[in-house]
Amino acid sequence: MEHEEAKKTTFWANIGNFFKKIGSKISEKAAKKAGSSNKTQMLEWKKDGWKATVCLAPALIILAVFTFYPILNTFLVSFFPDYNYVTDEFGSFGFDSYALVLQDATFWRAMGNTALMVIVSVPLSILIALIITVLLNSIKKLQGFFQIIFFLPYVTNGIAFGLVFATIFSPMDYGLVNTLLNAVGISSVGWTGTTNIPYWAGLFVITVYAIWNGLAFKILVFLSGIQGIDKQYYQAAQVDATPRWRVFTKITVPLLSPMILYITITSMMGAFKSYSSVVSLFGESMGNGQNETFITAVGYIYKYFNRVVHDNISWVLSRASAAAVILFLFILAITGIQMWANKKKVHY
Amino acid sequence: MEKELYFASDEQAKKYERIRKVRLFFVYFFLTICALFTLIPFYWMLATSFKTAEEVQRIPATFIPLQPTFQNYINVFSGENAILLRYIGNTVLVGILTTIFEVIITILASFAFSRLEFKGRDVIFALLLTTMMVPGEMMIMTNFTTIARLGWLDTYQALVIPFVASVFYIFFLRQNFKQIPDELYYAAKVDGNSDFKYLWKVMLPIARPSIITITILAMIGSWNAYLWPRSVCVEADMKLVTDGLMYLFQNEVGGTSDHQIMAATTVVSLPLLIAFACFKKHIMRGVARSGIKG
Repeated sequence: MEHEEAKKTTFWANIGNFFKKIGSKISEKAAKKAGSSNKTQMLEWKKDGWKATVCLAPALIILAVFTFYPILNTFLVSFFPDYNYVTDEFGSFGFDSYALVLQDATFWRAMGNTALMVIVSVPLSILIALIITVLLNSIKKLQGFFQIIFFLPYVTNGIAFGLVFATIFSPMDYGLVNTLLNAVGISSVGWTGTTNIPYWAGLFVITVYAIWNGLAFKILVFLSGIQGIDKQYYQAAQVDATPRWRVFTKITVPLLSPMILYITITSMMGAFKSYSSVVSLFGESMGNGQNETFITAVGYIYKYFNRVVHDNISWVLSRASAAAVILFLFILAITGIQMWANKKKVHY
Repeated sequence: MEKELYFASDEQAKKYERIRKVRLFFVYFFLTICALFTLIPFYWMLATSFKTAEEVQRIPATFIPLQPTFQNYINVFSGENAILLRYIGNTVLVGILTTIFEVIITILASFAFSRLEFKGRDVIFALLLTTMMVPGEMMIMTNFTTIARLGWLDTYQALVIPFVASVFYIFFLRQNFKQIPDELYYAAKVDGNSDFKYLWKVMLPIARPSIITITILAMIGSWNAYLWPRSVCVEADMKLVTDGLMYLFQNEVGGTSDHQIMAATTVVSLPLLIAFACFKKHIMRGVARSGIKG
């Protein structure tokens, strides 16, 4: 899940460069045209144009139907509160869906939960991943062995291991964590399940699972980053007898800062979109039955979307779309801020 | 780098060596603890899956099954949960189909974007890149209505077709193709080779690691897909594993059938773990590359 995000964000940095390149290319071509019209060049172009059509057609057709059209359509639907997907009737234009979402207490609780998950789990998991990476990098024996163990959570099924965590944090006395707590004289906590989960307990389980699940990718990225750092910096530090802590804060962290920023963005997006982990831990109702205690931003969208899919209620589709557009704007804003911070702070 | 150090006296060197050993001990100690925390869920899943119905509810919980039993696995394969096998089959089929189409479509598209010259190439490519900023939640609703109107609900094509073209993979492979020097292309042209022969004989072999990466990531993706399969395939026969697991057990989480659930999650988790054991290097390198490259 997080990795999905990771894939997307890498290219953000490139997109800027890419547009710049296009700009210069267009002006180059204009200059060429203005100069001499090269006949062979023109012929080559036509030939390639035919080949390009063949090569690109499958990709572009699929993307047009399942990527471009849905983006535009979701925007549209969000402005037509009575949209009916069965008949494709749009009804009248209005902002009612946005008003409904923004006035809904559940929506703001979902945003609050999501924000809390982001604020707690992202810095914590990045810090742990950094520490593990630095230690991992300092050893020679067993490095590969530890690396494989830390990577294992990456190749697990998110829902399946959510169920495993639900068993470990079972609310009953026979759960692993409750057994350990009872052994030291603390009474059982209702960590998971569908009823009577204290807010802090549920959030704790979500955080532990998120960290467990996300460390693998972070360690992998940090480790390949740290191994790319020039050894001379460390040798210089050693000659000066620099304390380890200063080496960490003054050399490792600054030189890893592009990776750290990248991981921050991707894991924030991942945390922002938590859904399946919550569902596997607390069931489809996302905690405490009708209260939806641990509902997330994406969970809110899917709650209405699921009503369209499974209960055949067409009119909530517009509301789900409006919530999706709001989520999109939030993500855009966060990424924008981070890109700006990237320009200011990151040391290359 | 440690060996490059020089010391004023042997004593100093010894002292340094001692400190180094103590530090190393703590490093290994800490890493071992972290590794144990990473492994606990795997262990607990396995241990619970071998417990009997009585033992699973024993207070306090036992860490090692007292009377290990295969009964839970037998139930997964033959009892009422046997449909899980069908879900695994569905997932493997969908994963393979998606991957095959995806790889072909991606190779063709990235070839066009990296090697061919045609009008509007950069504009189209830029347009594709901008869609990567849009979260999947924006698309899933309309895609569902599209699939519903096509009459594809509860079919395999609903699970495969929307995912066979991925902007990310096209970008990923295009970057790779771009690194192949132009000289090779001109040489192939001079020798009278066609573009497609060049693609087949030169570009693909060079970009093989990337194509393996795409294959692996696409497979992991299908294995983990949850919401989309859940939405377009409601029929009990057509589910994929992730949704199937939730469908079978969501009302029993943390309840009295933990041993059954854990046997099922073990069965579901094993294929990926086995694949990981076989392709460790490829998978780890692939994930790291797709994360950092760009």
